[in-house]
Amino acid sequence: MAQSVLSIAEQSEGKFRKVTYESLSEGRRIADQMGCELAVLVLGNTIEDISKELGQFGADRILLADDPSLVEYLPDAYANVVADVINTETPDVVILGASTQGKDIAARLSARLNAPLAMDCVAVRFENNELTATRSMFGGKILADVVFEGTPQILAIRPNSSMIAKADKSGSIEKIQVDTGTTAVKFIEKQLETGKVELTEADIVVSGGRGMGGPDFSALEELAKLLNGAVGASRSAVDEGWRSAADQVGQTGKVVSPNLYIACGISGAIQHLAGMSSSKVIVAINKDSDAPIFSKADYGIEGDLFEIVPLISEEIKKLNG
Amino acid sequence: MKGKVKKVEIVVLLKQVPATESLIGIAGDGISIKTDDIKWVINPYDEFAVEEALRIKEAHGGSVSILSVGSERSVEAIRTALAMGADKGILIDAPAGIVYDGLTTAKVLSTALKEIPFDVIIAGQRAVDDDNFQVGPATAEFLGIPHISMVIKQEIADGRMTCHRTVEGGTVVLQTPLPALFTTQRGINEPRYASLPGIMKAKKKPIDMKNASDIGLDPDTLGKPLMKIVSLKTPAERKRGIMIDGETAQEKAANLVKILHEEVKAL
Repeated sequence: MAQSVLSIAEQSEGKFRKVTYESLSEGRRIADQMGCELAVLVLGNTIEDISKELGQFGADRILLADDPSLVEYLPDAYANVVADVINTETPDVVILGASTQGKDIAARLSARLNAPLAMDCVAVRFENNELTATRSMFGGKILADVVFEGTPQILAIRPNSSMIAKADKSGSIEKIQVDTGTTAVKFIEKQLETGKVELTEADIVVSGGRGMGGPDFSALEELAKLLNGAVGASRSAVDEGWRSAADQVGQTGKVVSPNLYIACGISGAIQHLAGMSSSKVIVAINKDSDAPIFSKADYGIEGDLFEIVPLISEEIKKLNG
Repeated sequence: MKGKVKKVEIVVLLKQVPATESLIGIAGDGISIKTDDIKWVINPYDEFAVEEALRIKEAHGGSVSILSVGSERSVEAIRTALAMGADKGILIDAPAGIVYDGLTTAKVLSTALKEIPFDVIIAGQRAVDDDNFQVGPATAEFLGIPHISMVIKQEIADGRMTCHRTVEGGTVVLQTPLPALFTTQRGINEPRYASLPGIMKAKKKPIDMKNASDIGLDPDTLGKPLMKIVSLKTPAERKRGIMIDGETAQEKAANLVKILHEEVKAL
């Protein structure tokens, strides 16, 4: 039987998450190594127009589950539709982004299909006819290589861990029959901050810790805005109530891997270091030259963050002309 | 208008994990961690689950049961939850040396739950050791009940539960009929400490110890996970970099931006 890879896209308000392009690119790479086809499944309402571009990212086929009942993510309705598609398509590999939604779908599907799942993969390779995924454990303190028994092998890949690669494929659109089946969960309402860069997907993260001394993060907000980045926080800053839990970077918060991580007034507790040490470049700004964060930072500035950070913003403004 | 007050039977899925301040080392077998110097605690997200369960019980009446899969050592974590105020514990013993993947754990939990009455099941969004984010939703799936994950606020009324779920960039409010499972996100509550009287009382509370065969599962099948760890490694050690020079803060800031822009090309 022909092998195949199925990628599951994720869109919100008519835009695909960045991790959708990453999982699609990773899916294409796996499909090429396996010598097989890659299909992408898009769920939502009136999604045909936005889905056309997915061929450019390597999709041979674009499956549309386009239905008003799928306009908002509902754990049971989405799991039912995705499971139907998997039962019809019988892919060997299912790949999706380890976003809040992706993790939710992956977990439920693994039980529905009795299928192996590797959550939060930072790398995937196909060797000797076998997939090996590398996934993060202990909040980034440990990396585990895992293999799978049975199909489909479900890979939820961590945002910012895979390169987005263009690969022009036909991307033929096929509309599928949507049956959400029996569902119990109802959508009531949502509050989304539009235009905010998601912490786990940001190229640049500017984080503040205890050294912030209070809830005024405006210096960090300004720098992050100039860099089109996101603002993060250490656990101390969250525990103090200065920032929301959604901003927390670390073993009990989010693990981030941006290109550039700027730690401001963060001493560098082991839990925090685990959550950001996979960043490409780390900059630390701290008054205390003995702060552990400096031992992990590529570049350090000893000094008052309230003085330094605005000056960095000024320098960047000059750079941007 | 308030609906008829109905007691809520709550089960918390709890895992004992290494405290997050622990340094994690890899054992000689290359596929497990060194456990010698580890301090074991309740998974922080499960601690939120215990607290939320107690608050639901305080508001509606009912009972809080703690269900865990793990080695005998996990009794300590269950005892802590009982000291916080939970009513009873159930531990399904996982034989030493056998590693359960998330799916296996969910199978064991859901099988055990067939014998336990519940309206609400609360789990942590993930355990901070395996970081699987899998056990809660998978357990709900095996039980055929709905789930809502990453919850920072919940309300129960008239046999329904309304949950505020955190997503990228905000929150979504979802509602489900009971019985249902939800998973906790930081921000949902501030877990209480066990009081001294609580600790004394906990010593007399029942903990039911079972093994896989007691609940009708074949231990041999459980020992064969679908996702298998073949090797563990620690991430590449980051080295201390350079401190940016400068006579003034202004100079330091300028030098940093210059390096990030010209040498590292991170800006």
